[in-house]
Amino acid sequence: MALKGLDIFKLTPKKNCKDCGFPTCLAFSMKVAQGAVEIGKCPHMSDESLAKLEEATAPLMKTIKIGKGDNEYELGGETVLFRHEKTFVNRNRFAVRFTDEMKDEEINEKIENIKSVQYERIGEDMKIEIACVEYVSNKDDYLDIIKKIKNELDVVFMLVCEDTDVLKEALELVKDENPIVYGANEENYEEMVNLVKDDKLPLGLKAKGLEELYSLVEKVQGLGYKELILGAQGESIKETFKNVVQIRRTALKEEDRKFGYPSVIFADELSKDNKFMEVALSSLFTVRYGSIVVLDDIDYAKGLPLFALRQNVYTDPQRPMTVEPDIYPINGADENSPVLVTVDFALTYFIVSGEIERSKVPCWMAIPDAGGYSVLTSWAAGKFGGSSIGNFIKESGIEEKTNSRKLVIPGKVAVLKGDIEDSLPDWEVVVGPDEAMHLPKFLKDLQEEAYA
Amino acid sequence: MAFKMSVQKAKGKVEEVQLGSGDNAITIGGEATLPFYDFDGETGSKAKLGMEILDIYPEEWVKPLKETYKDVAEDPAKWAKYVEDEFNPDFICLRLEGADPNGLDKSPEECAKVCKSVAEAINKPLVIAGTNNHEKDKEVFEKVAEAVDGYNCLFLSATEENYKGVGAAASMAYSHKVGAESSVDINLAKQLNVLLGQLGVDYGDIVMNVGNAAAGYGFEYLVSTIDRIRLALFNQNDKTLTMPIITPVSFETWTVKESMAPEEEVAEWGNREDRGISMEVSTAASILSVGSDAVVLRHPKSLETLKELVDALE
Repeated sequence: MALKGLDIFKLTPKKNCKDCGFPTCLAFSMKVAQGAVEIGKCPHMSDESLAKLEEATAPLMKTIKIGKGDNEYELGGETVLFRHEKTFVNRNRFAVRFTDEMKDEEINEKIENIKSVQYERIGEDMKIEIACVEYVSNKDDYLDIIKKIKNELDVVFMLVCEDTDVLKEALELVKDENPIVYGANEENYEEMVNLVKDDKLPLGLKAKGLEELYSLVEKVQGLGYKELILGAQGESIKETFKNVVQIRRTALKEEDRKFGYPSVIFADELSKDNKFMEVALSSLFTVRYGSIVVLDDIDYAKGLPLFALRQNVYTDPQRPMTVEPDIYPINGADENSPVLVTVDFALTYFIVSGEIERSKVPCWMAIPDAGGYSVLTSWAAGKFGGSSIGNFIKESGIEEKTNSRKLVIPGKVAVLKGDIEDSLPDWEVVVGPDEAMHLPKFLKDLQEEAYA
Repeated sequence: MAFKMSVQKAKGKVEEVQLGSGDNAITIGGEATLPFYDFDGETGSKAKLGMEILDIYPEEWVKPLKETYKDVAEDPAKWAKYVEDEFNPDFICLRLEGADPNGLDKSPEECAKVCKSVAEAINKPLVIAGTNNHEKDKEVFEKVAEAVDGYNCLFLSATEENYKGVGAAASMAYSHKVGAESSVDINLAKQLNVLLGQLGVDYGDIVMNVGNAAAGYGFEYLVSTIDRIRLALFNQNDKTLTMPIITPVSFETWTVKESMAPEEEVAEWGNREDRGISMEVSTAASILSVGSDAVVLRHPKSLETLKELVDALE
């Protein structure tokens, strides 16, 4: 991706005319390579050179927009193979598959399931984003399903169909919603490109094996179409895995933009009616480079781990996940329950709240804004100190919710006890354990003490 | 232009570590590629899938599992044998929950007796997990290592706090393998390996446990830690990070809300057992695809599913 100064220099007029403000074309090229100056500052670049440069400086993996409005998502656009190298930017999206061979009952059930498995987790929506609607044999039924889903669900459409006549009619129903059209192959790709190019719809390519897929991309790109999604499906789990990894690696490591597109995997097909296998495969392709993962159906047992896993993997390593500063009741906390304070770093919150739940002791959790860091880091950064905790307790309204005046602080910041007591004279500050895993015993002891 | 496979050659290779003895010994590790990347080179021995049992009755486990084990759960040796015969995991992981000082606080001698009876009852290799109380684990492992001498067990785990005692007892006084447990950080993992090495533990006798998390619970830190550990080995041949990795997945996935919440509290979430299996399967599949060489599972359905996955990717 990073174009070297010398590569740019080759495209300049090499006249050292200084019109760009630099003494030589080489000096100018070096600055462009650093991103310090726009290539357009040189008035003598040929259109051909500019096009070449644009090509060379384009991202290695294209960002593809799917859907419209509230249901618009971006896929692809990744720059690294491992999240610690920078971050993953566009999370994979999950789809549920419908076909015209399904009975009404089954279709209705899937629609209901998609509606019911929707919730928020650490400030993000967890849900199925895509309805994958596959054409098998009956056009009228196919169109009816599309209409039905359009009426009942807020999702992106992925029309799986290789028959351009059927597709034409289907697109009449949903083309304004920027659906994915999946099914361009060796035989039909020209017609398919013609169908989608006016609306610039994302087009899914399908081929047998990586070699064929690669040459199909070349042909489609040759028609000037670049809004692509790559079908990574192979005959087996093993082949599909190889395809997905190779597609991503060819783009980012070999810097070959032919494979610089998002990929789609049909996990339902590979898992042969075994719902746990579907979970295993969807997890595999969440960790390793799938962009759209198609499921047979959704329920909470599947969704809870998959959505949570995806949220984790796509967290920016430079920006930790945080929970909303607030007072959280755990185990049915009431007016007699003690208060535990910790930081708003999501991982800390989850571990601490999990241990409190395990103790079964009703408690209030007070989470002030601590900058999203761990306990010691927040403390060291001055974001989790005596006065900020004190102010939060006063302003949070917790004093009306419980009559208990016991405030448990993390053992690692025992040093804050005095400061907090100064700021909250009515409260008894209790130093908790160093590690969350010791909370259940600590809380049970605290509870017994209160009853004694 | 035609497509050309992108192939990456590794400079280093994961150590092969043997557990168990005789015909039933298993090998962990040996790969010179990321998991299942056979287009890059040697993928080593197949990922190993173990099953968890306890030294006490599994009070907290989901009902259907308690039902499955109802005739054997009071006796760890019978339980282990049953799991081996019925489900055929690659190894059995006996977790000494009864030794927890915050629980039954069983003595090291009692634990040693139980471990010995389990090791004698089964043919498969035995992994012995402690209580997470570093001081107690050290005392327990010292006795247990002696009692199961000759069975070539893996002890989970030595930590920065107790590595001297655990390392000396498990791998120097008796020839077992040592789990090196660090908390989700490549440098801590490295440091503990070096410390164990300085103590006199052979690098070939160490299996790393570099942290454990359920999907959704800081799992990204585990992903990045293992990614970095493996890239340090494959790209830079870091000799202090050659050990295979084991992740006791079930220890975490069955304690999170998704697996714990009773159906009457979260009706819309549905069957609790299914949720537990799903959390376990998702987490295990993910960690195996990042770089763990062995995982511990609790539910037979999880074992069956992961076995199928690993076989398919082989």
